[in-house]
Order: sequence, then C-alpha cells, then structure tokens
Amino acid sequence: MEKLIFEMSSAGRKGYSLPKLDVPEADLKSLIPPGLSRNTEAGLPEVSEFDCVRHFTRLSQLNYSLDTTFYPLGSCTMKYNPKINEKLAGLEEFAALHPYQPDSSIQGTLEILYETEQALSKICGMDGFTLQPAAGAHGELTGMLIVRAYHTSKGNPRKKVIIPDSAHGTNPASAALCGYEVVTVRSDKAGRVDLEALKALVDEEVAVLMLTNPNTLGLFEKNVKEIAGLLHKAGALLYLDGANLNALLGITRPGDMGFDIVHVNLHKTFSTPHGGGGPGSGPVGVKGHLLDYLPVPRIRQKRNKLTLDYDPKKTIGRVRAFYGNIGIIIRAYCYIRSLGWAGLKDAALDAILSANYLKARLKAHYQPAVDDEPCMHECVFSGKDKKEYGVRTLDIAKRLLDYGFYAPTVYFPLIVEEAIMVEPTETESKETLDAFIEAMIKIAEEAKTDPALLREAPHTTPVRRLDEVLAARELNLRWKSSGA
Amino acid sequence: MYDLEKMRFTKTHEWFRVEGNIGYVGITDHAQKEITDVVFVELPNLGMEFSKGAEAAVVESVKAAFSIYAPVSGKIVKANSDVTKDPSLVNKSPYEEGWFYALEIKDKSEVDSLMTYKDYEEFIKTGAH
Amino acid sequence: MNYSPHTQKDKKEMLDAIGVPSVEDLLKAIPQEFRLQKLDLPEGISELELKALVSEKAAKNRSTRELTSFLGAGAYEHYIPEVVGTVISRGEFLTAYTPYQAEASQGTLQAIYEYQSLICELTGMDAANASMYDGASALAEAVLLAVRETGRRRVIFSSSLHPEYKQVIRTYLEGYKIELVEIAHRDGLFDEEGLKGQANEDAACVIMQNPNFFGFIENAEAIDAACHRCGALLIACVNPVSLGVLKSPGECNADIAVGEGQPLGIPLSYGGPYLGFFAVKEKHMRKMPGRIAGMTKDIEGKRGYVLTMQAREQHIRREKATSNICTNEGLMALAACVYLSLLGKEGIKEVARQNVLKSHYLKDGILKLSGYELMSGRPFFNEFIIRCGKDPDRIIGDLLKHGIIGGLPLGRFYPNMKNCMLICATETKTKEEIDRFVELLGKH
Repeated sequence: MEKLIFEMSSAGRKGYSLPKLDVPEADLKSLIPPGLSRNTEAGLPEVSEFDCVRHFTRLSQLNYSLDTTFYPLGSCTMKYNPKINEKLAGLEEFAALHPYQPDSSIQGTLEILYETEQALSKICGMDGFTLQPAAGAHGELTGMLIVRAYHTSKGNPRKKVIIPDSAHGTNPASAALCGYEVVTVRSDKAGRVDLEALKALVDEEVAVLMLTNPNTLGLFEKNVKEIAGLLHKAGALLYLDGANLNALLGITRPGDMGFDIVHVNLHKTFSTPHGGGGPGSGPVGVKGHLLDYLPVPRIRQKRNKLTLDYDPKKTIGRVRAFYGNIGIIIRAYCYIRSLGWAGLKDAALDAILSANYLKARLKAHYQPAVDDEPCMHECVFSGKDKKEYGVRTLDIAKRLLDYGFYAPTVYFPLIVEEAIMVEPTETESKETLDAFIEAMIKIAEEAKTDPALLREAPHTTPVRRLDEVLAARELNLRWKSSGA
Repeated sequence: MYDLEKMRFTKTHEWFRVEGNIGYVGITDHAQKEITDVVFVELPNLGMEFSKGAEAAVVESVKAAFSIYAPVSGKIVKANSDVTKDPSLVNKSPYEEGWFYALEIKDKSEVDSLMTYKDYEEFIKTGAH
Repeated sequence: MNYSPHTQKDKKEMLDAIGVPSVEDLLKAIPQEFRLQKLDLPEGISELELKALVSEKAAKNRSTRELTSFLGAGAYEHYIPEVVGTVISRGEFLTAYTPYQAEASQGTLQAIYEYQSLICELTGMDAANASMYDGASALAEAVLLAVRETGRRRVIFSSSLHPEYKQVIRTYLEGYKIELVEIAHRDGLFDEEGLKGQANEDAACVIMQNPNFFGFIENAEAIDAACHRCGALLIACVNPVSLGVLKSPGECNADIAVGEGQPLGIPLSYGGPYLGFFAVKEKHMRKMPGRIAGMTKDIEGKRGYVLTMQAREQHIRREKATSNICTNEGLMALAACVYLSLLGKEGIKEVARQNVLKSHYLKDGILKLSGYELMSGRPFFNEFIIRCGKDPDRIIGDLLKHGIIGGLPLGRFYPNMKNCMLICATETKTKEEIDRFVELLGKH
C-alpha cells in the first residue's frame, strides 16, 4: 500500500515556491503580540513537489471511478461527466471571481445562474428555483425550512412530516433537523405509499409529505394525484425528493403532478462529477405560493442587468455563505444546453430502457423486488435466496469488484431484504451492460458452487476485505507522529 | 452466576435482573447475535430518570444503531464503564459483564408485567420481533 | 450533443430481450394526464457551439486576474500551486463516488484520512471529519453539536462574527427553541465584559471567530475563561491560513474548530464550491456530523481505510442522525490535502507571514493618506477596516474604472458603518499593486 504523506516527510524538503518578499521585512512579534501567536508549529509533512505528485497519482490509481469502471449504483445516477463541462467551468473568468465583486463585473456568471434557474423551472414544472443548496440533503433542509415558514405565515408551523419507510435516510434527518416530528407511512410491496395508511395519518398537524418519485424501488408512484389531493385538502404540502429525476426528464414534470416543492441533484441528473463524495448541488424549486420564502440572495432582472436581491421580506434567510456551488451549476448549465429538450428526454428514455434490459436478463438469476410491471430508471433485486448458500448481498457486491465493476447500492431500500439496487444510466453501452450481466450470472453460479469465494471477496483489489468492526472499535482517525 | 429463570425480559430484547430495589439492564443473547459485533455503547448519566419504555441507551454495530429501552421506570444509579471501554463484552458476555446500567425501581409492579424467560423464548420462536 | 451510446440496433435488441415493442410500453405507469409533449427549452447544441456560448458568457465577467482585488471577508485570493488542479482533475478522483465500497476506493479514503490528519495538525484538535459544505454551514453544525452535548439553549456570539454566518445560524436553528445572543463588539473585538454578563449556566456555546470579520485577532484567553467558567463549549471559527502564525484553536482551548477551507488551494469561484472543515476534541468525537474515514486492516493484515462511525449518520440513524449531511465537499477536501502537503511545515508559516507583512504594508500606506483612518489599531492578520471620508461605494466604483476592486463597503451589513470598508492583501499582491492602490485611494 501507499505510504501516508506524513511517512514520506523529510525535514527541509519543500513543495512550494513563493515570490521573494517585496515589501519591507518586519518582526512579526511587533505586529502580532506573542499572546496571540502560535506556540507549537503545525506538524505538516515536508515533501518535494514531485513526491507529492507521485503520492496522489498513486493514490488515484487505487480507486475505481466512473472514468474507468461501470458504476451501477442505484439512486446515485452515475452517468458520464462530460469533459468539456469541466474545462468550461474551470475558465479563469468563472473560477477567479470573488463572491463580493460588484454585480456589474459578474454579469456572465449571473446570466448562467439565471438561465439555469429558468431551465430547471421548466424541466420540473415549477415557478422558481434557488441554486444555493450545496447538496441534496442541504436542499431538503432548505425545503423543510420553506415548509415551516409557509405554515408559520398561516398561523401554525405544524408538527409532523410524513415520510415513507422506503425513503432515503436524508429525508427523516432533514425533517428532524428542522424541528419536525417524523411520522413513517408504510409502503406496499412495490414501495408505493399505502393510501389507506396515509389517509389515517393526514391531519391538520401534518406540514408536508416527502415523496420520492420514481420511488426507491424504481417504480412510478401511480397514486401521486390522490396523494397530492389528500395532503392539499388538509392544508399540507407535497415535497419531491428529486434523487430519481433522471427517469422523468422531458417525459413528465413534478409540478404537473401536484408537488409544491422539489429538490434536484445536479451531481446526479445533470451529470456533474461526484468528486469522491462531493461537491454536489441541490437546487430547490417551488410553486408560486412558496416563491417568497426562497433563501437569499435572489437573482433579479432589472433593466437588462442582473442583480442580487439580499432582502426579500419573507425569505427563510441564508442556508450558506455567498451564493452557491457555482462551479457545479455551470457544469449543469452546459449539460442542459448541450442536450436540449430532446436530448434530455432521450436520456431518460434510454436510462429506462437500460434498466429494464438489465432486469429482464438478470431476473432468472436474482429475484426482482417487483416483477409484475416495468421499472423506471433503476431496478431492485433481493439477494435473500442466496442466503441458503451462506452468501449475503454484501458478498455479491464485493465479488463484483473482482470482475472490474463497482458494486450496486446494497441494503437499500430498507423494505427489501438483502436489497441490490442497480441503476445503469443512459450512458453505458449495451456491451458494458452485457458484460455486467455476465458477471452477475457467474456470481450467482459461484454462490452455489463456491460460496467461500464470495465470502472472501474481493480478491483482486488493492486491499482485501477490510475489517470495519476493528475500525469502529479502535478508532484511528488521524496520523500521529510516533513522538506524540 | 446469572440465572435466566430469575431474570425478566422485554419484547425489545432487554433483560432485567432485580437486586433489592435495584434492577440491572442488558440485552439478551438472541439480541446480541442479531446486532452482530457491537462497536459502541452510549450509556445514560447517573441520576437521569426514565419512564418504562423510554430510550435509555444506544448500542451500535457497524451498520446499525439500536435503542435500549428502560424495562421499568426508575433513576439511573450505576453505569457499566467497562462496556463503554470494551463494547465487545456485549457479544462475549451479554448476561454478565455486558450489562449496561442499573436503575432504582420506582414501581415494583412494573417488574411483574415483564416476561419470564420461558415467555421470552416463546416470543422469539414465534418470530414476533 | 447526446451522450447515450445506444444505436437503433442496440435498442431493438434490448426491447426484444425485455419483450416489448417500444420504450413507450415501459412508461405505462405514468398517467397520460401527466405526460409531456415538449419541453420549452432550446434545442441541443454541439460541443463547438457550447464552447462559443459559454465563452461569450465568460467574457462578460471581469475576473480577479484581470482586475486587482483587495477583497477578503471570508473568501481569499491565494496562490494555488499547479499540482493541486492536476491532482483533483484526475478522473480517478473526480468521477468516483462516495467511498462506500472501501476496497475499490482506497485512494479517496486514504486522501480523506490524510486530510483529517492535516486539519488536526493545523487546528491542534484531536479529530476531524471528511468535510462540510462551507464555513458557515460547518459553524451551524457546530452550534447544533454544542446544543446536543450540553442540553442548553443559549448561543453567544459577537457582532464581529461574519454577518452571513450569523444569518446561516439563524436559518439552521429556526426549528429549535434557541436563544441567540449577539453581543455588540467593543472596538472591533468580542466584548469581554458583555460576554461575562451573558455566559451563564444556560449557555450551550460561545462562538469566537478568529480573526473576526473585521480582520482583528481576538483575545482568546479571556473568551476561553468566560466560556468554560459556565460550562459552555467554545467554538473557534478560524481562517486556516492564519494558523501559520496565529494561536491554533487547540491552543485556544476550543472544543470545536470550524472554518472556511477555501483559502487552502480552492479557487474563489464566486463563492463555491468551498469547503467547511470541522474538528473536535476527543470527547466530542462520537457526536461529530458527517463522514469520517478511519484506518483498519484487511483480512490479510494489510493496512487500509474505511468510512467509520457510520451509525451516527442519516443513512442508518435517520431522524436521530447527528446531521442530515450526505454528499459533502470531498474533492475540495482533496484540494486542501494536496495544498497543505505541498506547503508543509515551513510553507504554511511563510504564506501566513507574507499575508501579515503585505497587509500591514498596505495599512501603513493608507494611514499616510488624509481622509482615511483605521477603525481600530487592534492587531490583525491579512485584512482590516478603514473609515473613509467619502461614500465607499463611490470610491469602489471609481477604482473599478482603474482595474481595482477596492474592498468591501460594510454598510450592507452594518448600517452604522456606512463609511467603512474592509480591505485585504494576501501574498498574491505585489508591492507595485499595493502602491498603485494607495495612490489611487489618495486621489479621493
């Protein structure tokens, strides 16, 4: 394995250069009193530039990534991240802008932001968008704060948020972060909201229902109209977790189905790279009755110039410093402009086609969670029938790494036992899908004939299966010099 | 030595052992197997009061977290610091060294409402958990 | 442009395998009334056209490379070594997902572990997480941690805390019954007497921004004493580059250290993506929000890394999670990791030293002019406030005509500071640029 950068350190090595100081030298002690200065120096490593390049290049080679490997991660929409978008977002005219520059010097960026807000509104059928949230969960928090502000303005912030048991964990966490009590509504075996159960839960203290559509089993929530009706009748709102928006692009719009608020993930649906865990961007769209509550600042058009409005009266306030993850938004803008409306629709249709193809070819070997209707952009299998061989879903996931594929999302949604959630996206070729299918079929065979091979997998990765229990019991979260 | 016959049990898989007006709380062998390797235990502070069924402690495995509820109402009088230092005790010795906390029993009649070991075994068999 | 590889032949074969004649047959679950005919968006364009379109937008911006900027106020122009961009644009880092399958993500995981270690070294704290969205949201999460840990409801800060950070805290805490106590600054610093009066047994935490929004260096000792006397947690919100010379949060006895990591090798990008860093003393480790990488061994005893303490997180604990955060700023943390590795022990001191010297040279220049005065003579790191004889907005407007962004007028944030301007000079400013700025200021 690669050494830690600290273990490569040798006193006196330098990896940086700075211009020679061109202003007069001064004794720092005369400018910053000793009581305010640092006493112990920061133990940063000392390496040469070349050492540093080698180290991080070698580390990069230990990763599976989308550029090298198929990433069938359900719910994550790991589609190709176009290179031109990286290049354009990195242009100095965008990257070297200070967030407090006068509006007159940033009109190009504001135009992109404004047009992206407009485009997302049209794609989702909403009346306005904010681009500020830094990620999906941040968008959810923003959404919940809008819900709270809306109900507060009506005299009662209300107490409860209803969330299906099939939802992403961020939904209940975001609702709780906003001070709401989380009420879980049961799903049927297709992951759809149980309407009768919902009816029994909706009352005047319910603020909002957070729904994912298509749901986490990859199925369209057919009853969305009834659900919206139920909520609206009780004065409550309907929120869309847009994690699965990729299936809807150009085909149908959340706004038309009765959703009042939606968050989208630019790092999923709109092809911005995931960066090994971020940055993302989680814009939030709302219908007209909620526009006033969007966070500040808002972009406004005034006499052909775009400006930032910092104090609309009813806003929920600020959810972060400055404007938003601009670099990510520019990439998404490039993606939307490249594809255009027809391209976006084709992307959704191809994603749906690919998911159904995978399901059709794998269902003889893995039990689909739902088999009596087509799926949307992703499909969920259960690995429970492999348990009789002493093999669990985790083992299947690890074995896939040996075949050169990243693993699907596993053990989610929680309502499917031993869940395996596969999302191929529209950018993987049929050849790649076929190779993945072949690997999955072989693994199903191996589960019967050589289960130990799976339980001990992976065999070919830079490290073998890692001990997570040891990591959690004997926490080692940072390097420490042996002297310390 | 522990005697399962003298202990009481809950549907949420806690065991309860009475010593005078104090009751010790842990989780059953069945529960520790379901949870798998315990990696962290969070115990209540001394003096905290809980009513029957309230969440009083948390155990974590690598992939899950479980609430430990107070089998009866009472005030915390002891907490097992050994188990916070070495959470594997919950797996190795669920009925002895792996106990979590002890509380001063507020209402003895609540103890009677808990299951006997025989009831608990039956409860697990029926799979109602 | 469309990035889908499916040919007509592919599609036909796939549909045959599924057993339906057309893709339309896969959409039956969507009620007809919700089906869309056409989206009101422009047609797609080629890469060539896209480049032209976006370049045209870019040309409407005037960047800090074209202009000479003296803006700071929470986002700082520092030199970013080329290696940082080279590393973070590698596809293996850029296009990887969150490292849930550890064995296939050792590069990302080891980099996070190194990042956590570097942040601990820099801040003098015991443990750090893998990143938060930005400095402001990291601070809000720190406040939530303090409220959870202490069970108390009063949050105390000075009016010298970054105004946008204050707004973010207010927004985040909307759903809680929390008392936010803002103490008016005293000559640019946290008012120690005011703090003593407010720090009582209800106080969950005291927030000390250092250097504060005005650029001044706080007297940490006094704040620490008042804060810990009443059992509140001390949250230090710091500029990481300043830690090359200033007392670290660890040395200040802080319980939680957070801050904006943008100065550590991340471009200004008009405000994002940035990096919130978050570090704590050992006793709060288990309550940290966000992802955390830990070292472990594989089944052959080889060293490796995994995401650990995951039971705190939303995907397991749901509504009881320590935070709702999922996606963070992983790639930005990698940038900071590379930046700090390149700078090393000496580099961070040298960059910090140049910031101090250049900004003080600028201050000395301005002090020689008539019509300007310092808001206060307190020690500062790389930015400070001047009071102008004229409306700062007019000065800024005039300077822009000369290619200079003069600083941040403070009237927008502090109505009683309408004639004040916050000015910053980092190591990126040359003596010549500073002299020219002073000269132009002198003409007002």
